[in-house]
Amino acid sequence: MSAAAGAERGIGAPLLEVRDLRVTFARRGGPDTVAVDGVDFAVAPGEIVGLVGESGCGKSVTSLAIMRLLPERGNRVAGEVRMDGIDLLGLSDAAMRERRGRDLSMVFQDPLSSLNPVVPIGVQVTEVLRRHRGMRKEPARREAAELLDRVGIPDPRRRLGSYPHQLSGGMRQRALIAIALACRPRLLIADEPTTALDVTIQAQILGLLAELVAETGAALIMITHDLGVVAGLCDTVNVLYGGRIVERSQRHRLFATPRHPYTHGLLSSIPRLDSAPGEELVAIPGSVNDNLPWAHGCAFAPRCPRAMEACEQRTPAPEEIGGRLLRCHNPVPASAG
Amino acid sequence: MTTTWTQRRKARIDDLAAGRSLGSEAWRRLRRDPVAISGAVLVGLFVIVAVLAPMLAPHPAAQSFPELQQDLRPGSIPGPRTGFPLGSDQLGRDFLSRMILAAQQTLLVGVLATLIGLAAGIVIGAVAGAFGGWADTVLMRVTDVLLSVPSLLLAVSIAALAARPSQTTVIIAVSIVSVPIFARLLRGSMLAQRESDHVVAATALGVRRRAVVLRHMLPNAIGPVIVQATLTLATSILDAAALSFLGLGDADPARAEWGLMLAQAQAYLDVRPALAVYPAVAIIAVALGFTLLGESLREALDPKGRR
Repeated sequence: MSAAAGAERGIGAPLLEVRDLRVTFARRGGPDTVAVDGVDFAVAPGEIVGLVGESGCGKSVTSLAIMRLLPERGNRVAGEVRMDGIDLLGLSDAAMRERRGRDLSMVFQDPLSSLNPVVPIGVQVTEVLRRHRGMRKEPARREAAELLDRVGIPDPRRRLGSYPHQLSGGMRQRALIAIALACRPRLLIADEPTTALDVTIQAQILGLLAELVAETGAALIMITHDLGVVAGLCDTVNVLYGGRIVERSQRHRLFATPRHPYTHGLLSSIPRLDSAPGEELVAIPGSVNDNLPWAHGCAFAPRCPRAMEACEQRTPAPEEIGGRLLRCHNPVPASAG
Repeated sequence: MTTTWTQRRKARIDDLAAGRSLGSEAWRRLRRDPVAISGAVLVGLFVIVAVLAPMLAPHPAAQSFPELQQDLRPGSIPGPRTGFPLGSDQLGRDFLSRMILAAQQTLLVGVLATLIGLAAGIVIGAVAGAFGGWADTVLMRVTDVLLSVPSLLLAVSIAALAARPSQTTVIIAVSIVSVPIFARLLRGSMLAQRESDHVVAATALGVRRRAVVLRHMLPNAIGPVIVQATLTLATSILDAAALSFLGLGDADPARAEWGLMLAQAQAYLDVRPALAVYPAVAIIAVALGFTLLGESLREALDPKGRR
């Protein structure tokens, strides 16, 4: 079905296919926590796919599971993550290390803590070039300077010798992006890349990401809780709730007519400049803690304004409705956008 | 007065605004800390004396002088006189030369023992902290066992195991005692590093495991261990002196050693107390110097103490 979404856009075979991904954390003295509960999606080459949801919905765990970066102990990962038809979850550690940074790469949320504080930026860029592209020291340095220049860091030659604390937040995130894209990976996962940045810088960084992705032909998985980010960037949007995808659609369709009550709630809780003064900001009541287990109904039911009796008794099955995937017993009518 | 204060204050604010590395900030604080300065003076004096000992000492440590020996009586040991500023020891040797040359031995033993202990501790702590799992469990249980024995008792036991006491056995015994402290300390900060964002980020880039450990984890984890090393220098010197005092030390009569000098002077306490007092004060002063320096270094490097 996700492949169908790719075909619909005429892009062709998916680059990455996530099938029935499940991540379970073992809890001492309690039931296991299911963080990701059967997530399916696909990413076509050059496509920008959004994973959206609030804290605890499983979006970061999904990305870490794809990269195989979850801690070795205390969790179980099941399902398939196929890249070029090869299941990444079945690879040996060494084979996975070979692919990380070269075929798929990641940009993290906090640019300061994601850079090694005691090593100059230049070394951190060249390290990846030397590792995956087997470059020698001098060519790697030249390439690193070009990369920093490409991500918009002024005076890149000199900046190679700078330590992370000597750069501003935006510069650090640019450097991280340069490092992540150094070996031209075909898939980039960006986990809330703008959350730790100033609003003024956010747009620049997003623009840079979009530009670089278009230029290198890489696919991008954008993980965010910020629908504004999605609105400006993503081709396809997956809305996650309680570890499952509750709605998937093309960006424009999703914003025009959100069908899942959760998506609808997310969109209406964005403050708008053109709303009447005194109009109250809509919030989704409760928190992730109120979730029902999917096994007995819809996880969102306790917080859902449209919940019916069926919602707490039967698990809603994913359905294809008008080119979108929807998991809801009582979706918002298509006309009420 | 007020102007200089305001000026200083302004300079300080400018500095803060410019941002300073932890290193230069620590150095700035060390320079103004009276404790650090006293420690540095003691350590500095000791190191200068120890390094220059062969030039400073007027005579060899083992040489007995007939002119001193002829004045040795059961109830009296010759005191200071021309050519022998601190007088004679119980065997007619120059006491000053022995004090100075012993400083060299103390520095040698203390530094070597600390370095060996540091190296072994770093290897064990890094392996345990970086890889975890069974390697961690095994190494840390062994470390716990070593830590459970009082350090001096452990050093004495190890030194006593050697067939013949020598300088080497002292160094080995004292260094083994310090290994578990370094190992535990490093393991703890390596574990913290393993979870840190930049290590996960490096892993996400496919950086080799060896490079992740050596370039990304170790340099960030080693700070507390280096500080501990200055403190361990003090205890190593004390332990080495204690071993000599107990007769488990360097058996070579050609070398002087404060602990041994102290032990041998006990018989002559009522005849010439200086023979015991000088080595004792020297040991205390050196150990104190390293402790003061180490403590203030630890405080200066602690980011929480930044003002």
